[in-house]
Amino acid sequence: MSDTGYTEVVTHAKVREVELPLGAGTMALITLDNGHDHSKPNTLGPQTLASIDAAIDAALAVTGVVAIGITGKPFWVAAGADLKGVQVITDREQALDVARTGHRVLGRLGDSPVPSFAFLNGAALGGGLEIALNSTYRTASRAAGALALPEVAIGLLPGWGGNWLVPNLVGADNAVTVIIDKPLNNKVMKADEAAGLGLVDAVFDGADFLAQSLLWAAKVLRGDETVQRPEIDRSEQTWGAAIARARGIAAAKGRGTYPNADKAIDLIAEARTATKAEGFALEDEGLADLIMSDTTRANLYAFDLVQRRAKKPAGAPDRSLARKVEKVGVVGAGLMASQLALLFARQMKVPVVITDLDQQRVDKGVAYVHGEVDKLVAKGRMDADTSNRVKALVTGTTDKALFSDADFVIEAVFEKMEVKQQVFGELESFVKPECVLATNTSSLSVAEMAKDLQYPERVVGFHFFTPVALMPTLEIAPTDRTDDATLATAFAVGKAIKKNCVWSKDATAFIVNRLLMRGLGEAITTVDEGTPFQVADEGVVKAGFPLGAFILIAMTGPGVALHTAESLMQAFPDRFTASPGFAAMVAAGKPAIYLWDEKGKASVDPEVAALWPQGDRPSTAEQVATRIKEAMADESRHMLDEGVVQAPQDIDLAMIGGAGLPLPHGGLLPMLDSEGISERVTGRRFLPPGVASVPTT
Amino acid sequence: MRRTVRDVVFVDGVRTPFGKAGAKSQYAETRADDLVVALIRELMRRNPQLPPEAIDEVAIAATTQTGDQGLTIGRTAAILAGLPRSVPGYSIDRMCAGGMTAATNVMAAIAVGGADVAIAGGVEHMTKHPMGEGFDPNPRIISEKLVDPAALNMGVTAENLHDRFPHLTKERADAYGVASQEKYAKALADGKIQQDLVPIQIWSSEKGWGLAVADEPPRPGTTMEGIANLKTPFRPRGRVTAANASPLTDGATACIVAAADVAEQLGLPAKMRLVSFAFAGVEPEVMGVGPVPATEKALARAGLSIDDIGLFELNEAFSVQVLALLDHYGIADDDPRVNPWGGAIAVGHPLASSGVRLFTQLARHFETHPEVRYGLTSMCVGLGQGGTVIWENPHHADYGKENDK
Repeated sequence: MSDTGYTEVVTHAKVREVELPLGAGTMALITLDNGHDHSKPNTLGPQTLASIDAAIDAALAVTGVVAIGITGKPFWVAAGADLKGVQVITDREQALDVARTGHRVLGRLGDSPVPSFAFLNGAALGGGLEIALNSTYRTASRAAGALALPEVAIGLLPGWGGNWLVPNLVGADNAVTVIIDKPLNNKVMKADEAAGLGLVDAVFDGADFLAQSLLWAAKVLRGDETVQRPEIDRSEQTWGAAIARARGIAAAKGRGTYPNADKAIDLIAEARTATKAEGFALEDEGLADLIMSDTTRANLYAFDLVQRRAKKPAGAPDRSLARKVEKVGVVGAGLMASQLALLFARQMKVPVVITDLDQQRVDKGVAYVHGEVDKLVAKGRMDADTSNRVKALVTGTTDKALFSDADFVIEAVFEKMEVKQQVFGELESFVKPECVLATNTSSLSVAEMAKDLQYPERVVGFHFFTPVALMPTLEIAPTDRTDDATLATAFAVGKAIKKNCVWSKDATAFIVNRLLMRGLGEAITTVDEGTPFQVADEGVVKAGFPLGAFILIAMTGPGVALHTAESLMQAFPDRFTASPGFAAMVAAGKPAIYLWDEKGKASVDPEVAALWPQGDRPSTAEQVATRIKEAMADESRHMLDEGVVQAPQDIDLAMIGGAGLPLPHGGLLPMLDSEGISERVTGRRFLPPGVASVPTT
Repeated sequence: MRRTVRDVVFVDGVRTPFGKAGAKSQYAETRADDLVVALIRELMRRNPQLPPEAIDEVAIAATTQTGDQGLTIGRTAAILAGLPRSVPGYSIDRMCAGGMTAATNVMAAIAVGGADVAIAGGVEHMTKHPMGEGFDPNPRIISEKLVDPAALNMGVTAENLHDRFPHLTKERADAYGVASQEKYAKALADGKIQQDLVPIQIWSSEKGWGLAVADEPPRPGTTMEGIANLKTPFRPRGRVTAANASPLTDGATACIVAAADVAEQLGLPAKMRLVSFAFAGVEPEVMGVGPVPATEKALARAGLSIDDIGLFELNEAFSVQVLALLDHYGIADDDPRVNPWGGAIAVGHPLASSGVRLFTQLARHFETHPEVRYGLTSMCVGLGQGGTVIWENPHHADYGKENDK
């Protein structure tokens, strides 16, 4: 695998003889340490496994050794298997080897002639936790950041023993909680919860965790301490109920896109009767199958995007160029503006001034922020002192002179070019020349907005998604004239408010809305042709979206959607077309095409149906889904050719966090590639084989 | 309101195993504050009757109060140990007698009703904080000849003490040092030393995690012949060598002290009762003689004479400095009442920590010597001071009775 450019950061397993308290004898204590500080966690690649293997040999060679201990460097046991190493695997034998080597090496901790003790002093994820599961005994620190088996969320299964060991340690139902429920809900465990589930035998405070763990180990070895493990109910009924619960969770969360979750559930089911050897063999085969599947590769690719690429956005200038932002202005006091004010105040802890045309609107905006803060306090998510601080940070005024010392002003006023130009023009008479002027426009030209300004280089597009507090993506769009200091400041602000920033060219509707409107526009076209609304929505979900088109549109507001669509029709008349039905619905002031009854069941509003002229050429949901995907493939190619994004990866990163596209699809492009749609529509793939799929060599 | 001075008792004391300062110290990559934290937590575990919120003060001494010994280590260690936020703490410094002073300060506060229960201790990570680190001497010390600059070096003051008391020869100093090693080795073999040692988790970037369970400084098997020709680093052909001086050491100590009545209410043991204490100054150039006037004052305050003292725990910064005290009172160099388990020459002297080690060991001696009523702990202090604390043995038949003398 040397030609892939992949180099393992080796975590070394260091063996040290430790004289246990109470005269319990000598323990050979293995410390996993990659030699880096806590910002670079230990990972488990092939050379690391070899190092652990050798460490176990050395431990067993220690004269008079009574036990093996294994623990991590400060703050980390291990973040799991080295995923970069998994992504370069080209054939099934290699994949099998990864699984078998992990089983063989970690399994030695379970089969060792002396008892083994895992001391989870820090975070232990995936293979990191499986080290402990394979050991005879486990302790965990209350200070350990996270204990989890996240494999199912990233396209894998706990294939170094976890899938068989967990149900055999804690029973099927708790195993479903640990292996299926928590990862699919993006949850991890702390030590006490893990102990409650039976995953660890003893928990100690962080302050003297290892010393207390070693004392506990000494007592266990001397027989002073008896380790209690729960009796497991292996009845078919209990086991079956747990498996049914797991299938339900996967179905609710997975929408059929997590084949690996199904496999992990199968293995929990098998664990009821399978021997350890059989269980481990099933894990080997299951893991090898998954590693050799495009879905898993796409999932790993998407995981890497949100974990890594999101933290170092492509296109961002050197962060040292960023100016300090110690006061923020928000123009507009509507819902979006108020949400932005709350976000800036809460995350950046700087004064935020809201302005609008009249005091009443301003007061309403400030009141909204205060109300949201109170809700956070009521939910226990903010303490009283912080709420006082955040509330005091947000003030409102009709006097834009209060922006004179602001470093960053964002407008969220009515989506009309003349209005926005006027706002920026007026602002320039108040703010200092280096104050960044940001626009939350969703589809207007940023350059056009800046063209008549004295200092157009300080203007940048800064586009959020609704709901602002929840959606991770933030599109940052410089114009040709935006200077590096402004752009660097925009990225720094985006990072400070904890968004995944994606660079976008100042092109109509940027990245997410352009693709969304193209895809949803296709769905609307099928309705115009005669497809029933609900069938079209089914197609949208089949294409990978979290919700149907008409629910998404209801969420953003049909008016905003129509406005964006119209901007796109103007910019790209050959690909974006008007829907008379949709226009009629907006004109009639309809907030949605559906009516929801008291049980939340949706039915098409007959008034909307009456407004909407439909043809007689209906499509099936599958046909709708295919047309959406084809449209988005075509649009993605146009965007790449126009340089709207820095790289195909940014389309996926933006769509995952801005449109909720699922990780197992890798976002958008890996799905289009793997289904052959990219090649059929555009003549080529978006990503070379191996990037988000199994390499074809 | 009328004040009543209350009796104060020593409840419990612990220490870390000591490390031999330097790059190879077992604590080379372990923080000083973590040593203190481990001790506070162990004291709480050993005394579960003591509700943590009942602690009124955490006084921790360190000679160098910077880095991991900085920013009010008494408070930071209390927080890091998980004591309630309501428990206050402070830092204190009287160089080698820092821990002793932390204890006498909180005991004095307890006596007058300013506190009921307190933790006192000391720490010195001499690997990370060599003696005098960052010190900026006032130029007047030299220009006005206030102190011989050489007196800032403790080894030099020990040589000066040999000059003052020529009959305290190098041979006597060496013999005392050898005896200290022997006594420590025997106490270790008998399992005495280990009783109040707290195993400490230690980190090494080379070896990974480990556990410190034993003192590193002792040199068992030291003989007169073996040390006769050691270097005398403080003066050519001098008398002070590595064998009759305490080594540079990393370590920490801590203890619980309480008002006698409060201890009784809570069910805490009283291992010793405070009788009196005193600190005294001497010429900085011969700082090692400091324990003599401190002991004189402490005995006078207690209304006791040296003959009433049945056990001594004396800090062995240097042999000659211990011998100066013994010689003053006509006590033999090898008197069995003195440092029965050896002293700092063997076990090490992590400056501000050492005072509390003397207390803890005296408390252990009291348990096995009910015939002894009074014991004395004393130590010399850099820049010319001494400190002495006198204690009464609760195991003695006459404990608590008014002293006849």
